[in-house]
Amino acid sequence: MRHFTILASALALAAGLAAPAAAQEKLKIGFIYVGPVGDFGWSYQHDRGRLAIEKAFPGKVETTFLENMPEADSERSIEQLARTGHRLIFTTSFGYMEPTLKVAKKYPNVMFEHATGYKRDKNVTTYSAKFHEGRYIIGQIAGKMTKSNTLGYVASFPIPEVVAGINAYYLGALSVNPAVKVKVVWANTWFDPGKEADAAKALLAQGADVISQHTDSPAPQQQAEAAGKMGFGQASDMIRFAPKAQLTAIIDDWSSYYIERTKLMLEGKWESKDTWGGLAQDMVHMAPYTNMPADVKAMAEATQAAIKAGTMNAFKCPVFDQEGKEVPCKGAGVLSDEQVVGMNFYVKGIDDKLPK
Amino acid sequence: MRLELVPRADPGARARALAPLFALLAAVLIGGVIVALMGRSPLAAFHVYFVQPLTQGWALQEIAVKATPLLIIAIGLSFCYRANLWNIGAEGQFIIGALVGSILPLVTHGTGAGAWVVPAAIVMGIVGGMLFALIPAGLRVAFGVSEILTSLMLVYVAELTLDYLVRGPWRDPKGFNFPQTVSFDATLPYLVDGGRLHAGILLAPLVAVAAWFVLKHTLFGFGVRVAGEAPKAARFAGFRPNRLVLSAFAISGGLAGLAGILEVLGQIGQLKPGISPGYGFTAITVAFLGRLSPVGMIFGALVMALTVIGGENAQIALKLPLDLTRVFQGVLLMCVLAADALVTYEVRFVSEARA
Amino acid sequence: MSIAEAVLITVITAATPLLIAALGELVVERAGVLNLGLEGMMAVGAACGFGVAVMSGSSAWGVLAGVGAGMALSTVFAILVLGLAANQVASGLALTILGLGLSGLIGAGFVGTSRAAIAPLFIPGLSELPFVGRLVFGQDPFVYGSLALAGGILWFLSRSRAGLKLRCVGENHVAAHALGIKVLHVRFAAILFGGACAGLAGAYLSLVYTPFWSPGMTAGRGWIALALVVFASWKPLRVLLGAYLFGGATVLQLHAQAASLGLPSQLMSAFPYLATIVALVVMSVGRRTAVTPGSLATPFVPDR
Repeated sequence: MRHFTILASALALAAGLAAPAAAQEKLKIGFIYVGPVGDFGWSYQHDRGRLAIEKAFPGKVETTFLENMPEADSERSIEQLARTGHRLIFTTSFGYMEPTLKVAKKYPNVMFEHATGYKRDKNVTTYSAKFHEGRYIIGQIAGKMTKSNTLGYVASFPIPEVVAGINAYYLGALSVNPAVKVKVVWANTWFDPGKEADAAKALLAQGADVISQHTDSPAPQQQAEAAGKMGFGQASDMIRFAPKAQLTAIIDDWSSYYIERTKLMLEGKWESKDTWGGLAQDMVHMAPYTNMPADVKAMAEATQAAIKAGTMNAFKCPVFDQEGKEVPCKGAGVLSDEQVVGMNFYVKGIDDKLPK
Repeated sequence: MRLELVPRADPGARARALAPLFALLAAVLIGGVIVALMGRSPLAAFHVYFVQPLTQGWALQEIAVKATPLLIIAIGLSFCYRANLWNIGAEGQFIIGALVGSILPLVTHGTGAGAWVVPAAIVMGIVGGMLFALIPAGLRVAFGVSEILTSLMLVYVAELTLDYLVRGPWRDPKGFNFPQTVSFDATLPYLVDGGRLHAGILLAPLVAVAAWFVLKHTLFGFGVRVAGEAPKAARFAGFRPNRLVLSAFAISGGLAGLAGILEVLGQIGQLKPGISPGYGFTAITVAFLGRLSPVGMIFGALVMALTVIGGENAQIALKLPLDLTRVFQGVLLMCVLAADALVTYEVRFVSEARA
Repeated sequence: MSIAEAVLITVITAATPLLIAALGELVVERAGVLNLGLEGMMAVGAACGFGVAVMSGSSAWGVLAGVGAGMALSTVFAILVLGLAANQVASGLALTILGLGLSGLIGAGFVGTSRAAIAPLFIPGLSELPFVGRLVFGQDPFVYGSLALAGGILWFLSRSRAGLKLRCVGENHVAAHALGIKVLHVRFAAILFGGACAGLAGAYLSLVYTPFWSPGMTAGRGWIALALVVFASWKPLRVLLGAYLFGGATVLQLHAQAASLGLPSQLMSAFPYLATIVALVVMSVGRRTAVTPGSLATPFVPDR
């Protein structure tokens, strides 16, 4: 067996495993995705960002990705990327936070970028996107488009980002339609097309005529389409799955951020920081407004421009919680970033309970 | 012409030892063809998949880290399977073990409690897994309800319970309401500086030896074996079937719970959703790969761990898709199973006329 | 459409893939073979079904491809457990891994492709009847197929000569062999049938339930189907009951959430699993006879 091993190694080396010198000059960039790249949602969009890097720096970078990586198992995989010469590593799910920090301590010369977390280090940057900005816009559209005044929301897990999304959506709808209600169903999964479809069907059956979702598959939109109702795509443009139903979609766009961070890395100017970009930074953008009257479209575009310009905010004070108490206003006339990032309360008027 | 299996009189130790090597060879040939079809070098794939994990220090450590929970769970399961009890809920028992074991580290967090927390937490983890496994066992004993269904359904219940706790009551108050507990003060020490080999690994071989001893040299072990092979004889011999069901499940659940709490204390350092990448299910494969014998299961666990590490290497070094490494994992397991069968039986081609 | 009607229609859609896969596995297990590879065969069925339907533009070809893919994969399993008498549990689990991987490779080219769902069959006149119209006369072909399948299997197992042979093989393969029944032939046929059903259930997912392909879209349904066979004590009509009960509980908890009951969503999500356990306990009280096929999961090697 030993001889066999040595022989095999020798053959492997002869087969050209030893990396040629030219390849070593390339910046190796690694990605870890929590879902399959084919989820057409969260991981798919991160992979689009990876491909954008390859396109932007031809011949200068080499990228690697590991998909469907269980969070409990990720420390080894992150370390393996660091060990194999990846100098910049993107870990694209909240659950990778502690493993990323642990590995970062061991590899001070490797730079890490952790999506949606809050702990940083010298070589660990965090980044996320203000998806709730888009949620406010689609809330307004929904408020205008609904005939039953009942909006359906297929939610994944009660984490702050999802809760803030529901709040922004409802506040947006309320701003144009005081009679509107939102019904929330927790699928308790990010990705299970069948269950997401069933959740959408339940909402439709209970009178919702606009379906919004914070789960990753296009299944809820297909259901809205089949029922002749409306909906909003999530993470990527889902218009091909719901050509008559999709009003718009909130698209996660990591490309510009990834390209910028890679550029800094190539120039040796990378440093640790926190990025929380929204519409203005192009990390969130809206799919074309379709299937709606011109005045609704004009309203949506105006809101989008106002949020981009910073003159409009989903969480403008005063904000009231479910019991009707005013939430302390820690930002400049709006809730502070920290309040939004860690949001764990529903605003007044949402008929659902959060786990405490 | 047709195939016929003829049991071999005595396969011999050499054949048994050589079988896995032939299996490996067959799998490598099949895998090599697939890799070549994908336009990559089969030799390079062989190197990163098998040679590298077995020749580099870090990879050997990772294999040990990965094999530990698989082995501990599989050994527990083997008690059930030998007694013809179908516990397929080890995943749930793993989670509940981790969860109950974490109570102490959570409660004592920030109090500077001493070194006793870790062993106490481990004991609690074992108890937690044990109690959870006694639910399907108890339902079977009391109502004759099939343990296959109850143990599997309880996996989902365990997952959702963990999910509820880490999003609700046990959430880290300083964690921006993200679903996770505080990082525990009490964790298992690392064995190698800068490595990931944690002290929990030492328990795996101990468990294997203990299981071997119990099965071979105790009356209880004898009872388990007889109950599986000849249930009627077991009854005549005075083994009480109900007690056997409960104890086999208790051992199985206790060990799954042990694996769970070791994983949390040794690897993860906190509770969060998805603490297991399916160890409880993979361990079922390990148990049967190892033919339910402690020694066999050690090899089974190592093979499974190797395929994970090797598969990941292949994704990184050769940019092979994850699905391809999964296909290869499936093929490799099938080859091992086939080789195993070929040791036990001789395959003869018999022409239809003669038979 | 009233809410009750909408709930029932959703329940039927949620239950159908479970029902089809579980019925196939039931036949396999009644023949004494345990195939744990359902999840893998369903995934491959879903990928092939969708891929072929997109390429050929025909749903019928897609369905056939799904069935064929399930059968092909089950043949691999049959070679292992019948041809080589390999361990059935481990072989089934290996099949799951292989199937999930294969489905990803096959489906990779179809990510993001959209396709209309196979339409329900509308029977003019009858489908417009109040309440029962949509429910009874407006389902997709798979639903009727699955009900016919349940009835057919019931008849086959209890009334036909071949079914008697199959049960005999499953109960006691040594005796069956002594009676001159070709044990391995019967088992091979059963495994192929199980593969076909799993493939069909997969095709249902990607062609009707949520008409697109995505890796991991089976989301554990194969395992639930396996559990349902046990739930049903290996009886076809009880599989029907179990699938509708489980599907019903899944859908009802979503409706309860939409109606804001105010319970933790995790508890609601756990409801179908807990309900299944409770239902099984209730049904088991008082009846303690063993119903497991006698030779389940034991390999058969004929003496010469």
